[in-house]
Amino acid sequence: MAHGHNSNEKVVFVGDSRVKKSNHPNIPPDYTSFPGKSEAFIPNFLLKEWMVGCVVLVGFLVWVIAEPAPLGYPADPTNAAFIPMPDWYFLFLYQFLKYPYVSQDYILLGTLGVPGVMFGALMLAPFLDTGKERRFYRRPIASSLMILSLVACVYLTVVSWDHYQHMLEVNGQVPEHHERADKAREAALAGEERPNYMEPEVEASLVDANDPAMDIAKQAQCIGCHAADLKGQGSIPGLAGVGDLLTKEEIADVITNGRGGMPAQADKLNAEEIDQLATWLSKQKVAAE
Amino acid sequence: MFKSVYNWIDERLDITPLWRDVADHEVPEHVNPAHHFSAFVYCFGGLTFFITVIQILSGMFLTMYYVPDIINAYASVDYLQHKVAFGQIVRGMHHFGASLVIVMMFLHTLRVFFTGSYKAPREMNWVVGMLIFFIMLGLGFTGYLLPWDNKAYYATKVGVEIAASVPVLGPYIADFLYGGDIVGAQTLTRFFAIHVFFLPGALIAMLAAHFIMIRKQGISGPL
Repeated sequence: MAHGHNSNEKVVFVGDSRVKKSNHPNIPPDYTSFPGKSEAFIPNFLLKEWMVGCVVLVGFLVWVIAEPAPLGYPADPTNAAFIPMPDWYFLFLYQFLKYPYVSQDYILLGTLGVPGVMFGALMLAPFLDTGKERRFYRRPIASSLMILSLVACVYLTVVSWDHYQHMLEVNGQVPEHHERADKAREAALAGEERPNYMEPEVEASLVDANDPAMDIAKQAQCIGCHAADLKGQGSIPGLAGVGDLLTKEEIADVITNGRGGMPAQADKLNAEEIDQLATWLSKQKVAAE
Repeated sequence: MFKSVYNWIDERLDITPLWRDVADHEVPEHVNPAHHFSAFVYCFGGLTFFITVIQILSGMFLTMYYVPDIINAYASVDYLQHKVAFGQIVRGMHHFGASLVIVMMFLHTLRVFFTGSYKAPREMNWVVGMLIFFIMLGLGFTGYLLPWDNKAYYATKVGVEIAASVPVLGPYIADFLYGGDIVGAQTLTRFFAIHVFFLPGALIAMLAAHFIMIRKQGISGPL
């Protein structure tokens, strides 16, 4: 080895390596200046800490097993009735932004102004409260500001939660995760499968697409509105699967006399053609496949 | 055996000072609940770390099943919740642990504030602690979207709309978070990446700084 441990050279390396052997005295901070019985962190204190940690962990697990994590219905961007709700620890800010003078024209004050000052002050607290005194009752300004902010946050959170509960009641809604859990429980009690919200909708496709009636549909300009594949377009309903909704007679009636935005076709098609078309359309059932 | 392994490593890496810094120190009486029960207020920081470790571990297991895309995200959470063995418990730990970590961190912050422990020479540690607080809130916000149910979707929509109302920077923040014009496929993958890689990375760095500083400076003295 190039450098032994007892080398007198200024830079001492560990073994044969380029790792510098540190020469700081490495005396752990002792607490002799604090009178009392201090205790070694390892193993004495750590063992007790682990025991407390185990108790906390067991308590936590009991809670988690007793109360399953909530899950609502799959996200639906077109759902206009849903009442948005952030997680509980953001509620104070969410509620705060509903008040006048911090919303609408004053939104700048609400998003940046007040929270900026509050969180800025909190972050820079050691540079604002520079006195030597540590006891909170000897620091009336810092302590009272903190207590005031705490009360305000608790108040805003409670008001926000109450408002949410009120909105649910007014709209006759139940939080989706409760509804979903209830339905799952009902299904389980009835011995059925849990409802599956991810099942893709069965898309209706045409039955007997090569039937001569399809030519009648083309001639009669049905496809002008109901689309070339008769799947419908925009607000115009598709005809695939119509057999599940209407009987042959009802279909014939709709073709003959029209319905809603659909014009009567009696002058374009003779009775035989209407009958042929209605017969074919009444066969258009999803279950037929 | 253990001693010779330790010596072998120590000879090469000089780990004794490192070990001393991490573990070999004393716990003063005034923070030890075994001596004064009221000293339990000094436990909240350690509990925050404990719950954070639970969050990291449970999150690692959740990513084994979770799929961050808009078609499969909900389905994978549903599967985790109902089909995977212990999936409900692991997801529950992560879900409720998120709230618990906020509560513990909040109590720890209040303890440090009301005991004036942030005063000189510990100002920097307080600032780092506040950064950890904001990172945790960011983790809460990004994690809320991932189950991709209606609650997640609309909370994120409202949250980003609030951020977008900030002048000048707002549209850029919204663009960065949305990755488009609405909460959609891009938003979900972004939030997943932020929640699983960016913020935990920052969190671990900040926690390391937090702990190194407390070892350097020691625990603040009794009041």
